[in-house]
Order: sequence, then structure tokens, then C-alpha cells
Amino acid sequence: MMEVDARGFSCPIPVVKTKEAIDNNPNVPLTVLVESEVSKENVSRLARSRGYSVKLERIEDGFRLLLSPSSK
Amino acid sequence: MRRLFRSLSPHMLLIISGLVFGVLASLLVRWGNPGNMGFCAACFLRDITGALGLHRAEVAQYIRPEILGLVLGSFIAAFAFKEFRTRGGSAPLVRFLLGALMMIGALVFLGCPVRALLRLAGGDLNGITALVGLAFGAFLGILFLKRGFNLGRSTKMPSLPGWLFPAFTIVLLLFAIFTPYFIFSSTTGPGALHAVLWIALVIGLGVGFLAQRTRMCFVGGWRDLMLIKDIRLFSIIAAFFVGALVTNLILGQVGHWGFTDQPIAHNNHLWNFFSMALVGLAATLLGGCPLRQMILSGEGDTDAVMTVLGMIAGAAVAHNFGLAASPKGVATFGAWAVGIGLAIALVTGFLMKERRQS
Repeated sequence: MMEVDARGFSCPIPVVKTKEAIDNNPNVPLTVLVESEVSKENVSRLARSRGYSVKLERIEDGFRLLLSPSSK
Repeated sequence: MRRLFRSLSPHMLLIISGLVFGVLASLLVRWGNPGNMGFCAACFLRDITGALGLHRAEVAQYIRPEILGLVLGSFIAAFAFKEFRTRGGSAPLVRFLLGALMMIGALVFLGCPVRALLRLAGGDLNGITALVGLAFGAFLGILFLKRGFNLGRSTKMPSLPGWLFPAFTIVLLLFAIFTPYFIFSSTTGPGALHAVLWIALVIGLGVGFLAQRTRMCFVGGWRDLMLIKDIRLFSIIAAFFVGALVTNLILGQVGHWGFTDQPIAHNNHLWNFFSMALVGLAATLLGGCPLRQMILSGEGDTDAVMTVLGMIAGAAVAHNFGLAASPKGVATFGAWAVGIGLAIALVTGFLMKERRQS
């Protein structure tokens, strides 16, 4: 699975990286690693607006977001 | 408190926060702050710079409690919601430099992105030129973001460095309360116009708290609108403007609509545009407007603290070297400074790219 590691980057870089990954790999599940609450919210919102479902896991230094394209 | 915040729908909270901030910013003018300058992140930090004697523009020296409130309000909110995290090490020197350029740009226009809206809400149509420039700067910043621009990762740190700036803010608050002899305080000009200390402080604390919760950013709103078509942050900006405009109309604070004879303003369109383009570009590269940098400084982001220190240095340079504008117009060196500043920001945008990890 494609993974975007955006830990340590502050807003808006995690969103930009996730957007790029979504645009380059449409309809593929993605994992995004982020560090802060703000990045978690922003990346989740972007993913949902693009029709992805978001599953959230807490990891030691932040969050792992599992983005799955909704089956159409 | 946490329950109250969670019970509101997130978008509603943003709009209410923007409205409340706009209303308070206009009321601050009523309560003593300078015209169309109820709240200004850049001008107020410049006044603090002057109060510490780092510049000698005698009309712009006062420890603005609003700024102290912003940082401390954010600090309190970050703790209440368990979001205080000390981090740093993401290109501190570049952030310092961009912070300084952002401040110089703001002082050539005579206002930060917040005051650009307040000026427009007070009838000063130069606010439009400024907002168009700001959006243009943000657009340039987005082009760099799309090319892979970033300032590198920050790392987690022990908590001490994150406490330093809030602690410094408390020292400044003590200076504001006890006004020791070494603190400068304007007796004429805008620096002499201010609301009562505790009112300004309480409003600053409230705005700081709300801004931390809503991630309010007066450049981020334009950026998200253009970059990801997201209106969340922009709706705060819009609500802020509406709140300020309506309050100004009710209080009779809209002097006259026009470009000339506006409070603490000049109408040099060319440099109003380019100085705010510099602010928009620098803020987009930095990830937040001057106000947002202060909020982040309160929640343990030492990279944002470096930006704020850069802004303080920028304010000192702007006034000591005759770059800052005045109601008489743009200073010769001010125009040069904006041109050179834009060039530096553009080069930074081109060069700061992450190396591809193999």
C-alpha cells in the first residue's frame, strides 16, 4: 500500500502531500502518517471531500490514517 | 468548556468565532485603539518592539496587551485540549528571515492581513488593493507548494523550549502592568491610542483561545480556497469582516468610503499591492499569517517562535532604516525593501525543496 509519511511537517504540507498522492494514484488505498491533531483533521477532511473513507489509528508519535476510496 | 466546544457544529464554531473576533476588533477602536486598527498582529508587535527600545519611532511604542493575550490564550487552549507539543528544528533561520520580510511588507502597507480587512470594514478602500495583493501572494506560494516546497520536518523536543515564549510573554505582561523606566511608551500618535490594559488583555486571551481551537488563519483561508477548494478557514475571514463591518456601521465608525484621508493609511496602490503580495507569499511559505504564527508560538511550536522573533527584527529594521511607510506615503527605501523582499522570498520558494528520499 502506498504510504505518505508527513510526520514532522506542519500545515499545509501534509495536505499538499496527500493531495499529490491522491491525484497521482486515483482509487488506490493510501496510508498517511501525521503528527499533530491539526494535520489529522486537515488530511481527513481533504480525503473525505475526495470521496475516501478514513480510518484512524493512534501511533506512538501521532496518527496513522487509512484512506480507502469508496467503492462506486 | 470542552463539552461546550464539541456540542457546536464545527462549521458553526468557525463562523461564530470569526464574527465575535470582528465585533471585538471594532469595539476596541471604540474603547481607545487607533482608527481601523482595533486589532493588528503586525502593527501591535511593532509597537511592542518599540516599547522594548528596539526601534525609536516615538509614535509606535506600547506593549499591546492584545498580543500577549493571543499567545497566552493559545497556550491555555492548547493545554486544555491536550495539544501542547514542543517541537522545532524546521529551517529556523529561513523562518526568521521570512518572518522579517513578512513584517516589512506589512509595515509598508500599514497593516497585517487582519487589519487589511478592518481597514476595508472602516471604509478604507485601500483594503481591497491589499487583499488582492495578499491573494496574489498566496497564489504564488501555492505554486511553490505544488512544486514540492517545504521547510523540512520539525522534531519533538523536551517541553522546556516550548515554555520559553509563553514565559517571555508573561514577563512582557509584567512590564505592561508595572511600566518600568526602561519601557518606552508613546505619548502621541497611534502608539498613544489604546484601550484599557485589562480589556485589551481579556479580548486578546479570548481571541487567542478561539484562534487556537479554530486554526484561524488570515492567509490560510485564501490558500485553502485556491489550493483545495475548502471554504472552512475562509468562512472565518468572511465572518470576521461581516462582524467588523456591521459593528462599525452601528457605532458610526465608518468615516467615509474612499482611498484618501483614511486613518493611518496611504493610497499608493502599487506598493499596497506588492507589499501585501510579499506578506501573502511569505505567510504561505511559512504556513500561516502573523496572527497564526503567534497562536502556534503559544502551543509549543518553536519554529513559529523563530518567525515571530524574525517579525520583531523586521519591525526594528523597518523603522530604524526608514523602510516603514507612514500616512504621508511609502518611503523610498520601503519600495526597495519590498522589491528585494519579494526576490528573496521567490528564491527561497524555488530553492527549499525536499530531497527525494531513496
